Amino acid sequence: MKRLDRKDLLGLEGMSAEELKLILDTAQSFREISERPVKKVPALRGKTVVNLFFEPSTRTRASFELAEKRLSADNVNISKSTSSVVKGESLRDTAENLQAMKIDVIVIRHSASGAPHFLASLLDASVINAGDGAHEHPTQGLLDVFTLRDKLGDLNDKKIVIVGDIAHSRVARSNIFGLVTLGARVTVCGPPTMMPVKIEDLGVSVETDLRRAVEGADAVNVLRVQLERQNVNLFPSLAEYSVIYGVNKDIVAGMKPDGVVLHPGPMNRGVEISHDVADSDRAVILQQVTNGVAVRMAVLYLICEGARESAFDEPAEVEQQLNTKSV
Amino acid sequence: MGFEPKSTILDSDQIRRAIKRISHEITERNRGLTGVVVVGIRRRGVYLAARIAKYLESIEDTTVPVGALDITLYRDDFQVASNNAPVVGTTEIKEDIHDRIVVLVDDVLYTGRTVRAALDELIDFGRPQQIQLAVLVDRGHRELPIKADYVGKNVPTSENEQVEVRLTELDGKDEVILGEVTS
Repeated sequence: MKRLDRKDLLGLEGMSAEELKLILDTAQSFREISERPVKKVPALRGKTVVNLFFEPSTRTRASFELAEKRLSADNVNISKSTSSVVKGESLRDTAENLQAMKIDVIVIRHSASGAPHFLASLLDASVINAGDGAHEHPTQGLLDVFTLRDKLGDLNDKKIVIVGDIAHSRVARSNIFGLVTLGARVTVCGPPTMMPVKIEDLGVSVETDLRRAVEGADAVNVLRVQLERQNVNLFPSLAEYSVIYGVNKDIVAGMKPDGVVLHPGPMNRGVEISHDVADSDRAVILQQVTNGVAVRMAVLYLICEGARESAFDEPAEVEQQLNTKSV
Repeated sequence: MGFEPKSTILDSDQIRRAIKRISHEITERNRGLTGVVVVGIRRRGVYLAARIAKYLESIEDTTVPVGALDITLYRDDFQVASNNAPVVGTTEIKEDIHDRIVVLVDDVLYTGRTVRAALDELIDFGRPQQIQLAVLVDRGHRELPIKADYVGKNVPTSENEQVEVRLTELDGKDEVILGEVTS
């Protein structure tokens, strides 16, 4: 498989193993670009990308911005507080106005699940989901899978534990879809109040005891306790959460000797992850961030390439000219 | 789209001799190998570059750094539809190429567009003192003002013909075949 036949990247649900591998392999090649003296290639020269962030973000937004710049795309950043959304403009009007300025890609983060899907059906521009509510965060899922594959090799039959607030986590959902498709054995672990009903239907096993969950695990992905999303108290106190579900040295000792610890950030140190684990060489948290740029470059490149394909539907003649040894 | 072979342009012995000769020419022209770096263009240029470097090392009894360029991201036809766009490969330039003599290696020189892309990419890594070009086959039909410094064989072709280079490392044997593109 050489190209991604998609206009948009909305989620990892329903994506084939072949598609996932194409993105991961492409990201592998892109990783080297960020190590160069001139960290820029001309691949997306002349493309315009809008980063539309309706929720706060440091990592994802900086990562997308750098990925776009390193591919030579032009970008515009819009955040909720500095946009006309505060004047009451609807998402639809905002997006249609942006499209009227002839943009190619919208990267959107929104607190409402499905917001990127709504835009994708509305616009000709490509839409990349940078996190929608508690639904999906596909590029985070991809960079987690990329980092795991980098550390563990083929993920088939590897035991991966996702621990924390599964119910509110878009990171968990994207991870589950990606990992299960690639053949990993996924265990989710967290307080019963944070465990969605029928989560087993996604092909994962459920364990409420963290010690048992991590037994022989190749990797643990520690989710952030999302204090901002909690309207009701799902656990008695942060201290208790930390005692029962915090990943510390003792928990890591129960994993495979070379098992790795991931965290999507931002970390609540001392809550879901202890200081010593976060700073240990078992943690690959900063490598996830490095890989995130390469993965987002790959997604942008493949999405733009896919969109170009559908724009030209009579390629036979042009292809004849191009089908040569040299480019 | 198919490929119908017509004749063998180079067999494995001829390929070996051509690469050996090119290696001697590189040494002669640069009066030794001081500052010389060999960089192959993916995919087959990389294997040719490695072979040239091996001969160079045996001629002058020194080590010659080898690099690889993947020019996919520097292609000039990204905006044009094509179904043969390759998967992006990795570029590996570990040496500092500033002020060095870079010998760029590719299998076939045709329109010159690959070399144009490779030059742009190389220059993003530094400012070499010189860039020279070595190719196994020059088949003509240039669309850009580009010329090879070292040529294994010049082959007059027509535009509907295709030159296929096969190398042991990838294809199991060494040969260069001229054929007709069939639809």
